[in-house]
Amino acid sequence: MHFCHFKKIALLALLSTCLTACGDGSANKENAAQINYNINYPSSNGGTLIEATTGEPSGLIAMIAGESAASAIAGNIFNSLLKYDKDLELTGELVESWDISEDQKTITFHLKPNLKWADNQALTSEDVLFTWQKVTDEKTRTPYGSDYKLVIKAETPDLNTFRVSYAAPYAPALETWASLHILPKHLLKDQDINSTAFARNPVGSHYYKLDKWKNGQYLKLTRNENATQGQAKIDHLLSRIIPDKAAQFLELSADNIDLMGLNPIQYARIFPARPDLNNKIALYKELGNSYTYLGFNLKRKPFDDIRVRQAINYAINKQEIIDGVLLGLGEPVASPYKPGTRWSNPELKPYPYDPSKAKALLKAAGYKDHDNDGILDKDGKPFHFEILTNQNKEREMTGVLIQRRLKEIGIDANIRVLEWASFLGRFIKPKEFDVVVLGWSLSLDPDQYSIWHSSQQAPGQFNFISYNNTRVDKLLEAGRLELDPDKRMKIYHEFSKVLLEESPIVYLSAGYGLTAIHKRVKGISKPAPPAGIGHNTYEWYIPKAYSRNEMSEH
Amino acid sequence: MIPLLVGISLISFFIMHLAPGDITTSEASFNPKASEESRQKLRELYSLDKPIIVQYGLWLKRMATLDFGTSFASHQRPVFWQSKDKDGNLTLGMIQEALPITLLINVLSLIFIIAIALPLGVISALKQNQLADRSITLFVFIGFAIPGFWLALMLMYWMGVQNAWLPISGLQSIEHENMGWLTQILDTLKHLVLPVFISAITGLAGISLFARNGMLEVLNQDYITTARSKGLSENRVVYGHALRNALLPLITILGLAIPGLIGGSVITESIFAIPGMGKLFYDAVLMRDFPVIMGILTIGAALTLVGNLFADIAYAWADPRVRRGVVK
Repeated sequence: MHFCHFKKIALLALLSTCLTACGDGSANKENAAQINYNINYPSSNGGTLIEATTGEPSGLIAMIAGESAASAIAGNIFNSLLKYDKDLELTGELVESWDISEDQKTITFHLKPNLKWADNQALTSEDVLFTWQKVTDEKTRTPYGSDYKLVIKAETPDLNTFRVSYAAPYAPALETWASLHILPKHLLKDQDINSTAFARNPVGSHYYKLDKWKNGQYLKLTRNENATQGQAKIDHLLSRIIPDKAAQFLELSADNIDLMGLNPIQYARIFPARPDLNNKIALYKELGNSYTYLGFNLKRKPFDDIRVRQAINYAINKQEIIDGVLLGLGEPVASPYKPGTRWSNPELKPYPYDPSKAKALLKAAGYKDHDNDGILDKDGKPFHFEILTNQNKEREMTGVLIQRRLKEIGIDANIRVLEWASFLGRFIKPKEFDVVVLGWSLSLDPDQYSIWHSSQQAPGQFNFISYNNTRVDKLLEAGRLELDPDKRMKIYHEFSKVLLEESPIVYLSAGYGLTAIHKRVKGISKPAPPAGIGHNTYEWYIPKAYSRNEMSEH
Repeated sequence: MIPLLVGISLISFFIMHLAPGDITTSEASFNPKASEESRQKLRELYSLDKPIIVQYGLWLKRMATLDFGTSFASHQRPVFWQSKDKDGNLTLGMIQEALPITLLINVLSLIFIIAIALPLGVISALKQNQLADRSITLFVFIGFAIPGFWLALMLMYWMGVQNAWLPISGLQSIEHENMGWLTQILDTLKHLVLPVFISAITGLAGISLFARNGMLEVLNQDYITTARSKGLSENRVVYGHALRNALLPLITILGLAIPGLIGGSVITESIFAIPGMGKLFYDAVLMRDFPVIMGILTIGAALTLVGNLFADIAYAWADPRVRRGVVK
């Protein structure tokens, strides 16, 4: 009999769980609201910043790990020779200055004096040379070696000088020295870099050093007393690995984490409806260096016809995609560069949404609805193709919006969604596709030789849409040889202009990176400079009054 | 068993390679800075350029010495067990770390399921087609049908955000290291409450209906009638005679559950940020991290075989009829 009761109680418990959880209970919100996070306490040292990340790094040697989770954390531990400042100009990190030779083929880096590793050993040009040797070593399992293999000679005239020579001037060279983490020779010279335990127990020279790595749970970084760039204010950085965004969000609302990346729904729908969250969490949106596009397979008919490509470009409503998919949190783009940066040509405007122009262009290309079935046809064949994309909610939704707009002008498009490795291996590499919806996430250097140059079309290379334009080829080659930023800018403005006219891809949108940071964290630049709020994380601080109790004992 | 294991590994190896792509086609590698030559070089370093049969031979050769190899994706971490390098740095194995976590959650939830589902099943059988039976069936089916991730998020919100009763996600608190051992255990248990509950709630239906049907079948048999006519008390009849026989098939189910114990749920583990076997396997498949996939499949296959063996032995132990059949 008593089991009967138990069951009823269990049932009740389950029901009440659903009810209370769905309802907007506010048991614990008054407590949270009592703390006023808007007081501007003076800057102070200490505290722990807890951030959530979806993926665990595979190791902290970025050149081998390769994934963004690794570079993000390793970027707090290792220095590069150069860095981008808050205005996205290159400046010295480990180096004081650098000279470029008259013929523009040799770069000499002058290291800052008295640099030290976290273990107190001296950091010298020997370490830089060692790192270069490792990244170009045939046995090193890195996908990023090719840029550094262009160096024909690397030498260390003295402990503070590092010199590299290229066979020909290579404009993106400086940027490559801003992304290579310098590794300590004294710890790695007898190690196999592919399997060394150093990757999980690194010694670097930047603001932080690794304190503890709990596999699958968190990585804890602690301030490095020997930091080459001065002292950061926050004592500990803790990255908690929480794969699910919804769970991250719950942790954020319960004050358990301080920083996470949001998705558009969380940013645009949940936050405005939750004043309690807005009291303690600040939101930031900034344009990343990435964009989504629709790319044509230019080897396939009818996409070799510029009129067809332009017609499709006019037929797609980009604002609709930004509003519908990104909930307004994006911008239209007209060049493959981040809007507002030097490389983005301000004169270029995206193709407006203009279905009648699209129809006229298609008519000129010979398409007409002969059999009155609503689908255009040419030579007896209906205009039909497949939009291919990978498993990514935003890209799938984008595909659906495009499909509808194409239908309106008489084009019949299917959508096919694939898992990433199949997508790449079976369709992109052998070029077995009509049209793809994809995105590019790019570095700050404007060189896009590997994406657009006609020589880069072999299977596995990045010009998989088979774009071939002699004018663009020439401009890309010139851009690689030109080290003067202003002359270089003109080259890439011209390049973007040709690209927009030719419409080998349709630029769809550039989405904002959305970040939520707890208001206990102070010192964040507002408004954000071009490099974004992350440019001065070492100046962020957590006033004592706002730091977590449980952390104070550390 | 060994030939069976080799057969299973051969089939899994080939099926794994039927999926397009390898470690060099992961999403991270789709970066204009990564050149095709570098990727080709990686393929050679991992022997991925050799014919599949040669790759299988290499794998088998390593397995003969119980060497599960090292992961492609996780900086050469050992797949199965820890290894020490020449400087004495210990690197823990991936399965070594994930397996105990998953086992703990699954064993706890199995105990929870049996402790709840068995009585529910017995009551259902005794009150067949009455209100109690109907509401139990409804309850276990709601549990079975409810989307786990949704219930998980709701419970996390209610018990973690609105009321600070339980931690929301993770396996341990961040300050876990500074706790006494008793608080440490309590801390871990608190973190386990929701994941165990979520993985148990969906399993209630199977076992309770199984117990119900087993009981019903047994209750209709002649010896129960005999027992009742002897004048035994109802409790004696139900728990002494009927239940014992009704439980026999459960042994088979539990035997079959052993391989399930090492496979975690990707969804539960992702939501609760638990580094278990489900997430490990899922990530390995997405990354085409062949040594990890093969390691988990082989251990899973071996445990399935062992589980079957145990179930057979336990059955023989519990049921004299089977035992005599074996002896003959």
